[in-house]
Amino acid sequence: MAKRTPLYDTHVALGGRIVDFAGYELPVQYETGIIAEHTAVRTKAGYFDCSHMGEFMLSGKEAEAALNHLLTNNFSGMLPGKVRYSLSCYENGGIVDDVLVYKFNDTKFMVVVNASNMEKDAAWFRANIKNYDVKFENISEKIALIAIQGPLSEEIVRKLTQEIPEKYYSFLENVDIDGVECLISRTGYTGEKGYEIYCPSKSATTIYGKVLEAGKEYGGIPCGLGARDTLRMEAGLPLYGHELSPEITAGETGLGFAIKMDKSDFIGKSAIQNHEAKYSRTGGLIIDRGIAREGSPIFSGSKEVGKVTSGTHSPTLEKSIIIVRILSEFLNASDLTVDVRGRKLKIELCSLPFYKSTKQ
Amino acid sequence: MSLYYAQTHEWAETEGNLATVGISDHAQHELGDIVFIELPEKGKKVVAGKFLCEVESVKAVSEIYSPVTGTVVEVNEELESSPEKINEDARANWICKIEFERVPESLMSEKEYLATLA
Repeated sequence: MAKRTPLYDTHVALGGRIVDFAGYELPVQYETGIIAEHTAVRTKAGYFDCSHMGEFMLSGKEAEAALNHLLTNNFSGMLPGKVRYSLSCYENGGIVDDVLVYKFNDTKFMVVVNASNMEKDAAWFRANIKNYDVKFENISEKIALIAIQGPLSEEIVRKLTQEIPEKYYSFLENVDIDGVECLISRTGYTGEKGYEIYCPSKSATTIYGKVLEAGKEYGGIPCGLGARDTLRMEAGLPLYGHELSPEITAGETGLGFAIKMDKSDFIGKSAIQNHEAKYSRTGGLIIDRGIAREGSPIFSGSKEVGKVTSGTHSPTLEKSIIIVRILSEFLNASDLTVDVRGRKLKIELCSLPFYKSTKQ
Repeated sequence: MSLYYAQTHEWAETEGNLATVGISDHAQHELGDIVFIELPEKGKKVVAGKFLCEVESVKAVSEIYSPVTGTVVEVNEELESSPEKINEDARANWICKIEFERVPESLMSEKEYLATLA
């Protein structure tokens, strides 16, 4: 039986069309529709229930050392109040998950993980921190997460509190919203300026109600998983299970900024070092009419050279876009096509992202 | 002129041996924002209950089934550039016209069809 976030009844009351996602019953869209929700985030603001995401607390004097061992990014020298993106890898270099790390202080961190990987991640963290003086706590059930994204997101959040994280990938804790203690970070998954509010699960409906009320005058609307997916694709952001998986080596993801090979050691480092990266992750536009979805093969002439990992209609570009995993030697091929149920459509590769906000 | 619906949510408006075909309002609502339609080719032979063409919403591709057996004689090319018109009015924005011989027994009246959705 699928789980529900604390906002389930709110989604239903707002007309959300509920689907099963990562074991949770969540709205894929509301009556407004995916395109209107997508456009709201690009031009005004939209709200997402991300309470299904998992949150782990790592505390203790070796918390930083443990994270440096477990994750690919480097957490030495990270300032309190900052957020850092990272991957976690298996010994063979395949990807366990992609995560966000929040640093409270030298001995206290929060790791935010994908809902679909939460149980796997918790087991993986527990198994791999054994040699460190660190306490692991899975607080996922206690925490709700509401994302407010869009160029007008700051105006909306300012109506809830004056304590606002100023910089991209920073956060403030103990922020009081209507008597509820929240954590607010300047983060998101839309490629747009935005904030994420972490609050106790029992207060989620109150906080969400405040957001809805505050955002009315700015044209903010609730958004579902459908818009979340089209927004993150336009922003070129990877999604676990599509661009990232245990079968894909971290070195082939185009996420080198989060993989610090100069770090003394981390799980998967030697595999990544010794693995010759053959594939690249990049974007593409479909020139012929049609939409390609995950799994569609890419051809150069008659040779299969890659696969679509995500594909959709881009509401902002009004074009058919794909994120692909392709043999790097074919990145400049001029005869690339994607096979969509037997039809070969001409494609042109392009760099990611497809869309970049000027204000993020 | 008669209006029929298929269990698979297509409508067919028949006049003599010509059926104008589209998808139901319920279907467009379920699909969400339609962003692409691969229209059937003129001259294509189609079979009642079998594949006619496909439409894509933002989220996914869906197959449209032919309500009648016959030959596609006309397609609504306007939908190629503006597939969202189906969302605006699914009854007015037909997909194609099919020359057919007889109305399959499985088709329903509008009243019967709407009752299946209740």
